[in-house]
Amino acid sequence: MAKVVYKFGDDISTDAIYPGRYMATVLPTETPQFCFADYTELNKKLNSGEYPKGSVIIADNNFGCGSSREQAASTINGHELVVIAKNYARIFLQNSINLGLNLITCPDLEASVGDDIELEGKEVVNKTTGKRFGTLPLPEARMAIVEAGGLIPYTRKKVMEKYKV
Amino acid sequence: MGMTIVEKILARASGQKSVKPGDVLEPEVDVAMSHENAALVINQYDEVFSGTGLETKLWNPDRIAIIFDHRVPAESSKTATNQKKIRNFVKKNGIKKFHDIRSDEGGICHQILAEYGYIRPGYVVVGTDSHTTTHGAFGAFSFGIGATEMASVWALGVVLNVEVPETIKIIVKGKLPENVYPKDLILHIIGKISAQGANFKVIEFHGDTIENMPMSGRLVLCNMSVEAGATSGIIPGDAETAGYLKAAGVTDKIENVLPDADAKYCGIIEIDASKLEPQIACPHTVDNVKPISEVKGVKIDQIVIGSCTNGRIDDLEIAAGILKGKKVARETRMLIFPASWSIYKDAMKKGYLEIFSESGAIIMNPGCGCCLGIHQGALGDGEVALSTTNRNFKGRMGNPKGEVYLCSPAVAAASAVAGYISSPVKGEN
Repeated sequence: MAKVVYKFGDDISTDAIYPGRYMATVLPTETPQFCFADYTELNKKLNSGEYPKGSVIIADNNFGCGSSREQAASTINGHELVVIAKNYARIFLQNSINLGLNLITCPDLEASVGDDIELEGKEVVNKTTGKRFGTLPLPEARMAIVEAGGLIPYTRKKVMEKYKV
Repeated sequence: MGMTIVEKILARASGQKSVKPGDVLEPEVDVAMSHENAALVINQYDEVFSGTGLETKLWNPDRIAIIFDHRVPAESSKTATNQKKIRNFVKKNGIKKFHDIRSDEGGICHQILAEYGYIRPGYVVVGTDSHTTTHGAFGAFSFGIGATEMASVWALGVVLNVEVPETIKIIVKGKLPENVYPKDLILHIIGKISAQGANFKVIEFHGDTIENMPMSGRLVLCNMSVEAGATSGIIPGDAETAGYLKAAGVTDKIENVLPDADAKYCGIIEIDASKLEPQIACPHTVDNVKPISEVKGVKIDQIVIGSCTNGRIDDLEIAAGILKGKKVARETRMLIFPASWSIYKDAMKKGYLEIFSESGAIIMNPGCGCCLGIHQGALGDGEVALSTTNRNFKGRMGNPKGEVYLCSPAVAAASAVAGYISSPVKGEN
């Protein structure tokens, strides 16, 4: 069980998640410090650990729209945030799956900051209100990558097949 | 059943007779483009081979393009070190489509792919940049991917697990009115269908407005298709496409991929271009689009003309025509960055740069620069920019306390003279 620490609206861009001015920083070990950098309080509480790993952020439609910067996925991954949104922009969704980030698509979620959230099978349960919400699966085409633990191990296997190692 | 352009391209690239939306394929890649984020691609690429006992091996260095544009010249030691790492990689692997920070080959990646004739109709193009949609203007299926996905392409030469997207057909009819440009048309479309209206879909552009549009305008439409969430924009190749490629030095035969008459679209939208007025995308989303008549008079601190969207020679020509003999308003600053060095030099020969410098505008070196707030041209707290670039997200131009409006080069130039959002149509202010 984890708490909702932030509630976003529609069209949260990759510039909001990871501002362009930090794009020279690329390593997944270094990107988490700039997570939601322009949401000063949120960024501070993520970095100080006041919002612990595993915390939940929720959003409406088109989360992650905009640029292809993979930092937007790795910065969230670094804080091990659980993202629950109504839906996602394509490149962000794919980057997240490729890096093994846990994205949950829940079109009807009702939750507020401070609510306790539990994932039970294919449902999101708001323990604070007692309501349960269905989720949508990730795109079928991407499930093999999820199951392999991300795109790097998936590609590695393909490379070994290609060169018959 | 008939196929759309992208369905035909994907069928060819994956060795199938026909495909339909939802099919999962591994299409072969014709061009794989990166910019400075190749530094991260290199890391991920090394990681793919780690533990396999294999030496790293690119599938085909001739199909890889790397162009420095996002932070040129380097704004920090970190960027310079990343660029050095990429340069070493390029040299070691014999990558020829490499464009360094040089005035004889450099520019913004999307402009370089176009003007060097790297793209052909029917190609599958991927790039670690969301505006890779630009190259759909050549009738190619061209889309943005992340760095790890590019590492996978470098190793295997295919994009793994691509789901064939559905296609929306947009038919544009009529002649664009004077002072209304392809930028206004695409802003209007994004406003109409919303920032997520084409998520996971392709937009196929048709109609006489498109047929009569030069490549420069088609590049604008496809460039900004991603702002409606589209995987790619695409325009059927024709004589204009072939003529552009020929002028770019392409000598091989151009084979256009055209949609079947009975191709299936998930939506058809018709637009009358003849009734449009200049359009403005207001802060802080690209789909917050209003006709200029509703936003005229907003005071502007910084005008920007440039980027992969509107930094081409005809954009600069429009701006020079408006700025000739005039001054940028005293309380407004104007930044102009051509999309490539060849455009820069062309503008120099044609006298545009002289007009700009006489007017008080700053001429910057080609690159992505202030479009995404990486270096130069940041906004101050509470400042407002009017820009020909492609995004106005909060914080985009380097400051979350600033605001960005998007427009055509004509509106940008007219507004630079006025100091506030102003119509390029004479007698309308």
